[in-house]
Amino acid sequence: MPVYYYIFLAVALFCIGIIGVLVRRNAIIIFMCVELMLNAANLLLVAFSKMHHQAMSVTNPTAAGDAQIFVFFIMVVAAAEVSVGLAIIVMMYRNTHSVDVNFLNRLKN
Amino acid sequence: MNNILQIVWLIPILPLIGFLINGLGRNNLSKTLTGIIGSGVILAAFLISVYVFFSVKGGNTHVAHYFDFINTASLKVGFDFQIDQLSSLFLLIITGVGFLIHVYSTSYMHEEASKDFAKYFAFLNLFVFSMLLLVMGGNYIIMFIGWEGVGLCSYLLIGYWFKNNDYNNAAKKAFIMNRIGDLGFLLAVFWLLSKLGTTDYHQVFANVSKLTTFDITGITLLLFVGATGKSAQIPLYTWLPDAMAGPTPVSALIHAATMVTAGIYMIARSNILFTMAPATQTVVAVIGLATAILAATIALKQNDIKKVLAYSTVSQLGYMFLGLGVGAYTGAVFHVMTHAFFKALLFLGAGSVIHAMGGEQDMRNMGGLKKYMSITHVTFLLGCLAIAGMPPFSGFFSKDEILAASFASSPAYWVIGALGAFMTAFYMFRLYGMTFLGKFRGTHEQEHHLHESPAAITFPLVILAILAVIGGWIGIPEIFMHGGHRLEIFLEPVFAQSNAIAAKHEMSHATEYLLMGLSVGGSLIALVYAWNKFGRYAKSGTEEAGLGKVLANKWYVDELYETIIVKPLQSLASVFNNVIEKNIIDGFVNGVGKAINYGSRQVRLLQSGQVGTYVLLMVFGILVLFIIQLFL
Repeated sequence: MPVYYYIFLAVALFCIGIIGVLVRRNAIIIFMCVELMLNAANLLLVAFSKMHHQAMSVTNPTAAGDAQIFVFFIMVVAAAEVSVGLAIIVMMYRNTHSVDVNFLNRLKN
Repeated sequence: MNNILQIVWLIPILPLIGFLINGLGRNNLSKTLTGIIGSGVILAAFLISVYVFFSVKGGNTHVAHYFDFINTASLKVGFDFQIDQLSSLFLLIITGVGFLIHVYSTSYMHEEASKDFAKYFAFLNLFVFSMLLLVMGGNYIIMFIGWEGVGLCSYLLIGYWFKNNDYNNAAKKAFIMNRIGDLGFLLAVFWLLSKLGTTDYHQVFANVSKLTTFDITGITLLLFVGATGKSAQIPLYTWLPDAMAGPTPVSALIHAATMVTAGIYMIARSNILFTMAPATQTVVAVIGLATAILAATIALKQNDIKKVLAYSTVSQLGYMFLGLGVGAYTGAVFHVMTHAFFKALLFLGAGSVIHAMGGEQDMRNMGGLKKYMSITHVTFLLGCLAIAGMPPFSGFFSKDEILAASFASSPAYWVIGALGAFMTAFYMFRLYGMTFLGKFRGTHEQEHHLHESPAAITFPLVILAILAVIGGWIGIPEIFMHGGHRLEIFLEPVFAQSNAIAAKHEMSHATEYLLMGLSVGGSLIALVYAWNKFGRYAKSGTEEAGLGKVLANKWYVDELYETIIVKPLQSLASVFNNVIEKNIIDGFVNGVGKAINYGSRQVRLLQSGQVGTYVLLMVFGILVLFIIQLFL
């Protein structure tokens, strides 16, 4: 399968994520969109690693898909981020009884 | 030999110590103590100078190196003192006459408050210290330190009564005029450094043949510019008459012992450079002669007793420069010495008169002081005779030597010089006649107050009068007495290099007698005429007219300078102040501030607190980065 299938999929996911972040006001949905973008990047990494490994194994059979390891790191970081982010959203809800980000423009000045 | 070098540093250090004690303790010391310290340190320096003088008599030159003043790879300037015949002679004049002026000041300044009195003596000591540094320095840099020091001290002392704004202006004028000259001196030193890499006298004079004629002429001309500032020659002479704003003993110190002789000393010290630059010598002689005549004509019509003396100083300095210009270095130094005696005497005498008159300086209100102040009168008369060049007083010998040398150089010099000498006799006896002869013209109150001054004032007068009479006898011309010119023999080692180059002018004895007779005769006629005319001087209400008015107004030189230099400079300064400073520089600085203020107010609007906006901007930013990265 050519690599650009993966790329198109990842770009599509990423764009959905961006648009979601920009247009939605619900903090939880924004959060999910951020995760979508993160996973778009993950998908790219995995795909590139796989393709690279295939290309390399023709000349160098011992080369392994090291880059796949990155994905685990990213997943761990994403999990940590989720826990912090959700905690923030919970605090926000407690204070404002809403998860609408526009409600938070009191950060101004 | 070496024991001289062990004590010689005491000569300048002692006045410096006096300056520190008097200056720092001015609130605590009594006037008597201040006077004793101030005069005592100078007396001690004088005694050491006498010892030094006798030990260099044999023709030795001592150079003492104390420490490196400037020490870099390419430039090395030591803090050196050079003691030879020329500097030891100047040491004697400075400390000797300086001491008498200090003693005189203890009485003259006694009415000042104790604090100001100490301040005065501190400045006086500092002045002497600077002058000693100037003449003792073993290279041009050390000389320059002293050179600047006397400029500073003259500023401080001329503006001593600083509450009077006119006096402050006079002080500033002296300082600024001196600075113009100092620049010339400094440039000359730099030139020397770039060509020879050294400023030590003995090295410069030994390597003088390595310089091209152009270099030597340039250096000497710049040095001469320095000398015109310090020694009050055309065009920088106008500060000296204004320097009369200071207390009278200060005038005496500036005019006789220190300051104005600095230029003469510097040229005499660099005599070999000047001898090698005939073009500069001509300039020096012509400027000297012009100054001598110009100042003498101005002195004819002044009515302020100190102003007459001030212009006579300028005129006598002109003679000294004439002497230097025609190569009569000994004559010029000789005239410095005799002039120090009689000019200090005249100034201190004038101070005594002013003291008795209760501060009155206008000669038109004096007259007949002869019967009230006998010591001042007699000593003043002797001083007048000396400056008028009457034999056998000291002025005769020194002035005659300069005139004879100038005749040998060019008879035109002699004619003009002799004319100046006649005028000298005339204005001095005009001064004498208006002050001491005739009837008293002041108020009754002043007449009642008239008295002879106390001993601290008359004592220096008597000593100086004796010196003014006999001071010339160390330089009796060859035609009167073989080997009579002991000063020339004494100074021989200093001027040996120049004398070897310059052709010695030989004149027949008949010519010399004739010249002497003419100048003395002319002066005598002028003297007797002035004595008769102004001995019977009566106050008249008529204004001066014609040439007299021009002379009374000093040829309008001050006004000329005011118009061509001061006024344009001031309008230029106001243009800079009002247009460039206020609009351009301030506008630029304020503009930067305003632009940043305005810009930041606009940018602040972006911080809306809307998270969505921030994210949108972030996405745009990332897109821009992408585009740059991928397509540009």
